[in-house]
Amino acid sequence: MNLKTEKSSRRQFLNTVALLTGGLLVSSVTKPFNGLLAASNKPEGNEPWYGIGIDIEKCIGCARCANACKEENDVPREPFYFRSWVEQYTIKNNGEIIVESPNGGIDGFSQSVPDEDIFKSFFVPKMCNHCSKSPCVQVCPVGATFESKEGVVLVDSNYCIGCGYCVQACPYGCRYIHPEKKTADKCSLCYHRISKGIAPACMEICPNDARIFGNLRDKEGELVKFLKEHTCHVLKPEMNTGSKLFYNALNQEVK
Amino acid sequence: MDPRYESLYEALKNVHGYIYPNEISLTWSILIVEYPYITGLVAGAFILASLNRVFKIKALEPTYIISLLTAFAFLLVATMPLISHLGKPLRFWEIMITPHSTSAMAIFGFVYLWYLMIVLLLEIWFDYRYDFVIWSREKKGVMKYVYKILTLGAMGTSEKDLKWDKKIGYFITVVGIPSAFLLHGYVGFIFGSVKANPWWSSVMMPVIFLFSAMVSGIALVLFVYMGINFIRKKVQNMPTLDSIGKYLFYILIIDFTLESLDQIHRIYEANESFEILSMLVSGKLFFTLGIMQITVGTLIPLLILGFFQFFKPADKIRRIAYFLISIFVLTGVFFMRWNVVIGGQLFSKSLHGFTTYNLGFGGQEGFLMALFWMIIPFGILAFLLWLLPPWKKAVH
Repeated sequence: MNLKTEKSSRRQFLNTVALLTGGLLVSSVTKPFNGLLAASNKPEGNEPWYGIGIDIEKCIGCARCANACKEENDVPREPFYFRSWVEQYTIKNNGEIIVESPNGGIDGFSQSVPDEDIFKSFFVPKMCNHCSKSPCVQVCPVGATFESKEGVVLVDSNYCIGCGYCVQACPYGCRYIHPEKKTADKCSLCYHRISKGIAPACMEICPNDARIFGNLRDKEGELVKFLKEHTCHVLKPEMNTGSKLFYNALNQEVK
Repeated sequence: MDPRYESLYEALKNVHGYIYPNEISLTWSILIVEYPYITGLVAGAFILASLNRVFKIKALEPTYIISLLTAFAFLLVATMPLISHLGKPLRFWEIMITPHSTSAMAIFGFVYLWYLMIVLLLEIWFDYRYDFVIWSREKKGVMKYVYKILTLGAMGTSEKDLKWDKKIGYFITVVGIPSAFLLHGYVGFIFGSVKANPWWSSVMMPVIFLFSAMVSGIALVLFVYMGINFIRKKVQNMPTLDSIGKYLFYILIIDFTLESLDQIHRIYEANESFEILSMLVSGKLFFTLGIMQITVGTLIPLLILGFFQFFKPADKIRRIAYFLISIFVLTGVFFMRWNVVIGGQLFSKSLHGFTTYNLGFGGQEGFLMALFWMIIPFGILAFLLWLLPPWKKAVH
């Protein structure tokens, strides 16, 4: 009697093991690259999923974007804190790269390299890349930094402990510890505006339409059209951050 | 000019090349240098104690309890530089109650508590339980009750009780060794996993942190052991010193090899961050890395300890040498942490330039605050040695 029970329980055990192993095997064959697909796709849903386009060929380096951002978002005026700034790249004939951004470009630029030595020069506006796999969200120890359902990376300053790990983790230098709030601060894509259907301050003020803001799910939208018509790149693609800030005419020298 | 920004305007003048504008002020200061330093001292001191217990190294016996108490004293302070550096220090408990599962930093509180409460406290308690009982009978006045409370009601003094104390203590040590490895390897991972920073991002980081932690912990125990004997006017036990020196030598070789391997790998691979990092090493970090970490903290101790493995000069000379080596190694490892934490923020992630770090004297993240958190553990250790004198423990 005892022997029979033992035998049947052993059989049950073997059945369960076989079922589990087979199940795992089947699921691994049918969904072999599941993780990879999820990594390159938009999350599911119908809400807008925002991204940004910047046309370097159109940027004239006026840095009104950087100034408007400071005005709109109460960013300290000192030249150490920026949610948005403009860099002037100058590549000399000898290959030397000179980058300048005095006060984020707000006070204007001057060219320190004589004309005859310049191979090329251009402006690169910088801001948060609102990454879909953002390292800053990953490292925040309390979850005070998070990605909204619209794909905007935000900071809850009432929750942030000001440890600065996100500042270290951002490859693009887009974060700082706010000197008065003592918490992390960054571009919110003017969330208070976009949630009311108004464009971010930096987009609205650009005099040359070099900045495009839009919904990446909207196939007929301006941003998707921009991405279709131009060869766009993201900054530091090797970081695999899922950046949603796309540049047209981005030189490989730009970091 | 607003005095809060004076040092930043000064730093702005000293920027070389181009840095992102938000990078002028260093987010992590000397306090974050101290955090892995102190955690490393804890892990290292504990590992030395465990070596003694598990492998029963007779010569190290006099340092066993001292190592544990040193580890405990420093562990109590380990989180303080971290907390006092926070922008919002009063919110620190958020890490414990709402940890973010993907954050390498979020688990620190749990690793720390595991180590403090489960490993160190328990091990020390089981080591002292019998003595608490004896002292609670011998002492008079308040101390009688203090020791009585410390027994937690476990008053048994039979052979069987003692055997159990030893058995459980041994078990905790065995659990404790991987815990110590976890504690400090994990601290290395906090830095090593930051892919945005090429100076930090290395799979070697946890291992390097671990071995440098062992080096610093052994040096600290050497320093404390000699200091205690000096204060108590006791003769230094030379076999003990030689034995600690021998282990320090071995671990230092492994540590130096691993760090060299990391650097050689970077140099040979020479990827896009190579130019800026080599400028960093030969420029801004020349003193702290080349002189303090490598020469003073590693090569000189290695040469002297290596010499002692083959030749034994007079006791007096060895005593002085061991004391100096402990200070040299402790200094070297401090600068290793400095080079990681501060060095990693001196160059721009744009790879186009450098900023500077000015260590202020006062203030939340100044020199005085840093000194304060380095002195406090020695105060705690002195108190622990008074409350739990290892030299008055019963011999089993």
